[in-house]
Amino acid sequence: MAVSSSAACLRLAGVRYAVGAASSARGVTEILSGVDLTARRGEVTVIIGPNGAGKTTTLSCAQGLLRPSAGTVHLLGEDPFRAGAGLRARVGVMLQDGGLPQSVKPRTLLTHVAKLHQDPWPLDNLIERLDLSRFLSTSIRRLSGGQKQRVALAAALIGSPELVFLDEPSAGLDPQSRQLVFDLIGHLRSQGIGIVLTTHLLEEAQHLADSVYILKDGVVVRHGTVSELTGIGADDHDRPASRRLSFASPRIMTSGELDEAPFTLELDSDSNRAGARWGVPAIASPADLASLAAWWERIGLFPAEISFEARTLEDVFWEVSAP
Amino acid sequence: MTGQQMTPPPRSQPAPAHRRVLAHGLYEARITLRNGEQLLVSLILPLLVLIGLHRAHVVTDVVPGIDTVAPGILCLAVMASAFTGAAIATGFERQYGVLAYLATTPLGATGLILGKSLAVLCVIAVQIIVLGGAGLVLGWSPEPVGLIWLFGVVVIGAAAFTALGLLLAGTVRAEATLAVANVAWVLMGAAGGAVLPLNHEGAGALLMLLPSAALGDAVRDATMNGHLAVIPVLILAAWALAAILAARKWFTWK
Repeated sequence: MAVSSSAACLRLAGVRYAVGAASSARGVTEILSGVDLTARRGEVTVIIGPNGAGKTTTLSCAQGLLRPSAGTVHLLGEDPFRAGAGLRARVGVMLQDGGLPQSVKPRTLLTHVAKLHQDPWPLDNLIERLDLSRFLSTSIRRLSGGQKQRVALAAALIGSPELVFLDEPSAGLDPQSRQLVFDLIGHLRSQGIGIVLTTHLLEEAQHLADSVYILKDGVVVRHGTVSELTGIGADDHDRPASRRLSFASPRIMTSGELDEAPFTLELDSDSNRAGARWGVPAIASPADLASLAAWWERIGLFPAEISFEARTLEDVFWEVSAP
Repeated sequence: MTGQQMTPPPRSQPAPAHRRVLAHGLYEARITLRNGEQLLVSLILPLLVLIGLHRAHVVTDVVPGIDTVAPGILCLAVMASAFTGAAIATGFERQYGVLAYLATTPLGATGLILGKSLAVLCVIAVQIIVLGGAGLVLGWSPEPVGLIWLFGVVVIGAAAFTALGLLLAGTVRAEATLAVANVAWVLMGAAGGAVLPLNHEGAGALLMLLPSAALGDAVRDATMNGHLAVIPVLILAAWALAAILAARKWFTWK
C-alpha cells in the first residue's frame, strides 16, 4: 500500500488545558488557550517557544498523558486519552525529563520495553545507531546527561513507532552525539515516520523542521515551513521574500530620530563605541528599502555600511516572542 | 519530502496483554530483589524480628510463642513489600517520570498496576519461603489446612496494601512517601496488630479495623486454627476496595 507521506498523523484542534479550580485561592490557570497543530507522516514538526509557552503540555495532551479541558486530539486517528495498547504501540515518546528508572541498566530497560512490542526495532541496530554499547551495562544513574538522552531516545524508538514525540532530544548532547541524533531523525523521516519535537535550539529547528509551530502563552502565534516563516525562498507574489537589513550608523541617533524610523530597529549585540550597528528584521520590497532611505535622508544619516542578511528562524522567534 | 508517495512503515503491534503484564511483573520483581535497601526491609529486618522475638519468648515468656510470632512476621513482610517497598519505588518512579513514560508504552496504566501487583506477589512468595522456612526451623507448626487460607488472605492483603502504597506514592512527593511509608510500616508492625495480636476488648477493639490488624488476625487464624477469619478478611477487602477507588481518583502520573 502506498500513502501520501504528508498524511496527518496528529491533529490538535482548539486544545485548551487549565489547572486549578475556580473555588481555590489561586483560581484557574490556563496553560493552553486553544492550540491548533497538525503533524504529518514523513515530516519533522518542530514546536518552539519561550519557557512556559506550553510546549511540553501540548505534547502531554497529544500523548494522552493529560486530558485537555477543551478541544480535540486525534493521534493516528484515535483519542490518545482513551486509547488502548494498540495505539500506544504505534507511538514512541521521549519525555523532557527522560523518564528513565535510575537503578536499571540501559540494556535491561531496552530489553524490557522491547518485550512489550510484537515486532520491536532490533536492539543491536539501535545500540549501534545511537552508539550505546559503551555504557549499556552501567546503571542509568551513573550516566552523563547526554548518555541518558540517548538511552531515552532509544527507549522511544524501540517499539518501531509510526510517530515519535521527542521533547528536547538534543538537550545536553555534545556536538558528536547531536549529529548522531540528527542523522537518526533524518533516517526516521525518510522511513515515513512522523516526528514531533520541541527544542530551544533554533538553529537545530531550522535545520530539521518541515514545519514549525511557535507557541507563546499557550497559543500558536505563528506556524509554517521555515521558508514561509523567514520569507526566504517564498515564491508567490503576495508574500515576496524578505531580508534582514543591517546598517552601521556613524553617529549616535537621537530618540526622536529613532521614533521616526519607518520600521522597528534592533540594536545588534556587536555594536561598539565606534558606531552602533542596527538591524531591520524584514525588508520585503524595494519600496521598503526606499522608505528606509527616505528616513536616512530626513535625519541626515549616511550609513557607514549596509548589508543584507538572510532572516533566520531565530529572527522570527525574537519577533514573535517579544513582550 | 512533502507530497511524496511512499510505503508507510509497518503498523507496530503490542505484545499480547498477558505477556506484557508477565514481562513487567518479572522485570520489577528482579529489580526489587536486587535492591539492597528493599531486601533489608523485605527480608532481613523481618528475619531479625522473628529471631529476636523467638529469643525473647525463650528467655522471658512475655512474648508469645513461635506459632503466634511467625504468622505475624509474615504479615510484617507482606506490608514491607506490598506497602512500603511498592510505595517508595513508585514514588521515585513518579518523580523521575518513569511512570509517565511507561504509561505511554503498550503496558499502559492498567498493565503497569497489574505488573506491579504481580511483582509484589513474586517478592511475597520469596518472603514466605525464606521467613516461613526460618519459622519452621525455629519450631513453627502451622495447620496444614490453614495454609490454603493463608495464601488467599495474603493475596487480599497484598492487594489492599499495594493499593494503599500506590495511593500514597501517586499523591504526595517521593520524599514524603519515603518517610510516611517507613513510619507507617513500623507503627503498623509494632502497634497495629500485625506482628502481635491486639486486645479485642474495649476501645482497643476499634484498632481491629486497621488493615494491619485485619491481616494479622486473618493470617494467625489460618495458620494456628486452620480457619478463615471472615470479618478480618472483609475488613481487608474493604480497605482494598477503598484504596483502589481512591487511587483511581487521586493518583497522578507525574
